[in-house]
Amino acid sequence: MSLTPLQQLFVNLKSENRAALIGYVPAGFPSKRECIEVIKAMVAGGVDAIEIGYPYSDPVMDGPIIQAAADQSLRGGTGAADVFEVLKATTDLGVPAVVMTYWNPIERYGIENFARDLSSAGGSGVITPDLTIEESLPWASAAEKHGINRIYVVAPSTVGQRLADVTQQCSGFVYAASLMGVTGTRTSVSAGAEALVARVREVTDSPISVGLGVSTREQAHEVARYADGVIVGSAFIRLIQESSSFAEGLLKVQELAAELADGVRR
Amino acid sequence: MTTSKGLIESDILGHFGPYGGRFVPEALIGALDELAAAHLSAQSDPIFQAELAELHRTYTGRPSILTEVPRFAEHAGGVRILLKREDLNHTGSHKINNVLGQALLTKRMGKKRIIAETGAGQHGVASATAAALFGLECVVYMGEEDTKRQSLNVARMKLLGADVIPVTQGSKTLKDAINEAMRDWVTNVETTHYLLGTVAGPHPFPTMVRDFHKIIGEEARAQVLELTGQLPDAVLACVGGGSNAIGIFHRFISDVGVRLIGLEAGGRGVATGFHAATITGGTPGVLHGTRSYVLQDENGQTVESHSISAGLDYPGVGPEHAYLHDIGRAEYRAITDDEAMSAFALLCKTEGIIPAIETAHALAGAIHVGKELADAGHKDAVLLINLSGRGDKDVQTAAEYFGIPL
Repeated sequence: MSLTPLQQLFVNLKSENRAALIGYVPAGFPSKRECIEVIKAMVAGGVDAIEIGYPYSDPVMDGPIIQAAADQSLRGGTGAADVFEVLKATTDLGVPAVVMTYWNPIERYGIENFARDLSSAGGSGVITPDLTIEESLPWASAAEKHGINRIYVVAPSTVGQRLADVTQQCSGFVYAASLMGVTGTRTSVSAGAEALVARVREVTDSPISVGLGVSTREQAHEVARYADGVIVGSAFIRLIQESSSFAEGLLKVQELAAELADGVRR
Repeated sequence: MTTSKGLIESDILGHFGPYGGRFVPEALIGALDELAAAHLSAQSDPIFQAELAELHRTYTGRPSILTEVPRFAEHAGGVRILLKREDLNHTGSHKINNVLGQALLTKRMGKKRIIAETGAGQHGVASATAAALFGLECVVYMGEEDTKRQSLNVARMKLLGADVIPVTQGSKTLKDAINEAMRDWVTNVETTHYLLGTVAGPHPFPTMVRDFHKIIGEEARAQVLELTGQLPDAVLACVGGGSNAIGIFHRFISDVGVRLIGLEAGGRGVATGFHAATITGGTPGVLHGTRSYVLQDENGQTVESHSISAGLDYPGVGPEHAYLHDIGRAEYRAITDDEAMSAFALLCKTEGIIPAIETAHALAGAIHVGKELADAGHKDAVLLINLSGRGDKDVQTAAEYFGIPL
């Protein structure tokens, strides 16, 4: 199987001796039309890859910032077609992109169809925060057939054989949750993140990206010392939510992206 | 999946046919494994079972009695109707059965804090009660909408020492309270047990909660046999998440001649879209960690449910019910708000029992089924209804519905 653009990114960055910066935004936020503008601002600031959220009615892994963004997007009528549209627009920019989605929308769309359409839109893979490996068989075969990566989330509570079993199922990268909790900005990155990444390294050669609670240049720099990728979501979304105009929000998103991009250079 | 006694058991991963399983953040897997192991060992531990039985005898008030209701039954084709009186349990509903069991498990696992979700407030009150009894810290998540509909139960929980946190996200009802409880659990899983109140959620909850409620059917089966010399023709219960229904159904599953009938909340009518009849009007999907029937749109988004009864106002249902439905072992029907309220009023006036509005859905189902049986010439049929809760908490809703000034 040839490498996905996401996998190629991690290969390239190894020679640059830096971590990847991955930016998250829910499809349809702040509106269907404006979402791609947010992505372009992130990319202009130096984000290497985009994680597009499929907004879902019951996001149990998300804190208040992303919940509010998903609600806004759903009120705007965002559905599967819009997720694939923004995915296509992103990959058309030459930027590796994945979709982050809770499991039910995939099952509802049709597992095989979702993998096919994601691949057609140039997507590299899917992050599935509530799909356990025990329930993954149909998804594994669909993803393999269409040559896309399966990205699972591991947590500080994932230990022993379980950590090996889950990471073995991952391709593209392993998503390491920095702490026990939900998405959102935090004043510091949990000390547990480094320990978790070290434990993941022992059981897999896959790149490891750290998410949950990273929002500043300093935090990105700290995480980039030990991880291959740094994922930032809530910090970007908050800037859009708190700006007095969308144009101002976009500028701030680009500025933050530039700071974080500086941070991930070791 | 079926044991030698003909009872249905899930596989080791918690599947009932295509339903059940675990769809949760990886962070929770350790805690769910720990809970499954604790439940399994408690099931075969005579000390645990004796402790729980003693609590039920001296605290819950078990066994709950069986009441025959002939004046009510006159309006149901004149068949015999027997009520299993879970409303007489301490805290006023069947919920205490599960709560005491899980609280004992919490102690065994060495955890000091419990969290719970609640819709009508019955499970929240039961959880706060058990927390007080065992000296556990207790936080109850309740949709803001429900805290208004059930303000009396909010006060009860506070009196019992629990923190009640109104949930303002989403539809501000039970499903959002569960989301918020899951977020708390992901964050505090090391010290906290999530005391889930129904037979839904990730494995082992559907099996474990069922096991703590199956005493309802075990007692009732023996009581009906003793009273009538025969098994009932049908067992009826209301179904939201489905815990009281599974509790009374379980022991009868292997009695193939006994019809099992679940009554869902039809709201303003399933055809209107304003209902909570998940099996009748939903489709298979994943919600709150389990695969079952779900009220959802074409994008897999959960659709808001509607019911006059806060306890049935939930867009999901336990996976074992989904399986019992698919294999044809149980029937599920929808009862509208109006039908339920009419049955509510009837039981009040004919028998002097004020039922919970949730339970009134089962009573309305019995009126339909009794008439059908009588029309088919089975006037001697025996219907067993799980009277799952009492209606004190619903007095305000009922007064508004019937136009009684307060």
